[in-house]
Amino acid sequence: MSKLAAFPELLSITTDVLIVGGGMAGAWAATSAAQAGAKVVLADKGYCGTSGVTAAAGPGHWWVPPDPAAARDAAVANRIAAGLGLGEADWMYRILDQTWRTLPTLARYYKFGTDDEGRVNYRAVRGPEYMRALRQQVLSYGVTILDQSPVLELLARCDGSIGGARGQRRQDGSRAYRVEAGAVVLAAGGTSFLSHLLGSRTNTGDGYLMAAEAGAEMSGMEFTAAYTIAPAHSTMTRSMAYAFATYYDADGGELDLPFGPDQTVRLARALQRGPVYCTLQRLPDDVKARLHTISPNVPLVFDRWGIDPYRDRFEVTLHNDGTIRGIGGVRVHDVNGATSVPGLFVAGDNASREKVAGAISGGGNVNSAWALSSGVFAGTAAARVARSMKSRSAELTPLGRAGLRPHGRPQDIDVAATRDRVRAEMHPFDKNLFRTGAGLAASSQTLEDLWSEVANHGQAGSIALRETAALLATARWSVATAAARDESRGLHRREDYPARDPRLAARLLSGGLDQVWVALDRPSASAQPGQLETTS
Amino acid sequence: MIELIVAERCTDCGACIEVCPANVLDPGTDGLPVLARVEDCQTCFMCELYCRADAIYVAPDCDRRVSVSREDVLASGRLGQYRRHSGWDEWAEHFPNEQWLMETVFRRAGEAAAQSRAERPEGLGGKK
Repeated sequence: MSKLAAFPELLSITTDVLIVGGGMAGAWAATSAAQAGAKVVLADKGYCGTSGVTAAAGPGHWWVPPDPAAARDAAVANRIAAGLGLGEADWMYRILDQTWRTLPTLARYYKFGTDDEGRVNYRAVRGPEYMRALRQQVLSYGVTILDQSPVLELLARCDGSIGGARGQRRQDGSRAYRVEAGAVVLAAGGTSFLSHLLGSRTNTGDGYLMAAEAGAEMSGMEFTAAYTIAPAHSTMTRSMAYAFATYYDADGGELDLPFGPDQTVRLARALQRGPVYCTLQRLPDDVKARLHTISPNVPLVFDRWGIDPYRDRFEVTLHNDGTIRGIGGVRVHDVNGATSVPGLFVAGDNASREKVAGAISGGGNVNSAWALSSGVFAGTAAARVARSMKSRSAELTPLGRAGLRPHGRPQDIDVAATRDRVRAEMHPFDKNLFRTGAGLAASSQTLEDLWSEVANHGQAGSIALRETAALLATARWSVATAAARDESRGLHRREDYPARDPRLAARLLSGGLDQVWVALDRPSASAQPGQLETTS
Repeated sequence: MIELIVAERCTDCGACIEVCPANVLDPGTDGLPVLARVEDCQTCFMCELYCRADAIYVAPDCDRRVSVSREDVLASGRLGQYRRHSGWDEWAEHFPNEQWLMETVFRRAGEAAAQSRAERPEGLGGKK
């Protein structure tokens, strides 16, 4: 019996579709489910409109007009080649089409920009206004939004299908709540493992852990080695202005870090040698003059620190993007965003993006098109499932384990120290960017020990402990999958296997809670999934 | 992290408490919001954007607390800077949303880098 159940006043809601997470994917999922006729509840840990990584950023969507068709063919062909064998063309066409048709429908709530030639630009939107518009749209469809209401665990029917979730109203005296639903969409985001990536503080991988507890598997979890530049000690991972940056070492020598695909890796190598400084003096004057109306949050950091970025040299760092600008997440089984668990759908960063991004980061464009499209797919399909259900009344079993219901005797867990140790395995360049088999084995051991402590002794008491369990689970899948991929491919870089291995031009699945597993995802029925490695 | 709410500007509308994604603030007994869990602040500046009274100051420092002088912040003119430059509320007609320019900046950077490569002799000279 968890402590949460001891609260006398339980808020209980019955609905058709529950959306977990109110970022970009969750908001589009809620919209689509409601458009399909479903009664929808959306629960967000924070506030739908400011929560998540879209709200503080400026998403550009993958945007290719349908006419001429050759343009989309070329865009998809480029992306297939860049994805190094892990992307799928039909999925790419689908999200291009969905984004093209859906994004302009937000015009009632978002004032799309007009360029200097007077053309409306749909593809590039500003985060705070975009998420504010999505909230208004969601509310206009009669969706019930539960803000400041972290979901702690999923609830299953006796046949294993998902029939709701349970959480806590953290601005309402930690009052427990429970939503019974015909279907659930997890859109709880990815995780940066608590790096200072802008807007990612509440994205602790909760949706991955809950999906795994329900029996779903992950895919692409080795692709967590994405990093984004920011002024040191700041969260401002807005990279546009750095496309024109000039870099220096501590002695004032200019570093050779040209704008291009290798820039992050070269910057990381430079940061391993010592502090790196930067100036934005080469940014074209017309962009300097408009920086505050392109990205109003970027100049805040410089102004408040008294830095003139166009003249001064300021220290920079790289923040880990984890699965946010990386790739991995819950494996999607079909074009509807269904998981392997009946009644459970995934969208956005909560879902694996490999099918549209391949082995490289989707950057802003593919990732945003994915968040929108996968939200639409999952919301629509969840509404269909919920409507087709004959009877809802069923006993529901809570599925949460680690951080809620310990295997053994409850003990106090030092949550802050545990989180710091996850960070210490997932952020350093020598562990997560320039990987080695030996280094991954050492990380695995550390993470296994931490997991055992939380799973065996952590009892319900704080949201933070449950978040820590999710961080640990995600880190373990990432490290185990990275250890199994004995090659370098895209975002995954093994110093001991610097070349690509054609036999590994396939996706890797992972999962498991107390015992982590990794397996090849065979694209055809000709081969059974092979067990590559088992840890712990 | 959020370091200051200027008491004489705050209208106690509660917006900052409601919109904070990390649940950093609590309602105070005297009306003013209380910075209850600054260590959870993710330095996203959303509270500033939603504060129509321009009463909130978020320091850019995300991994260290800094001392902030109320007088200095008031004198700096930076309260409300984010909301103003975003063209929210009364600033809608003054600051256009030019987010659409972002991709042209990246494209120009790519072209400049390609040109620089073409012009540069083999080898990296004194650079490292």
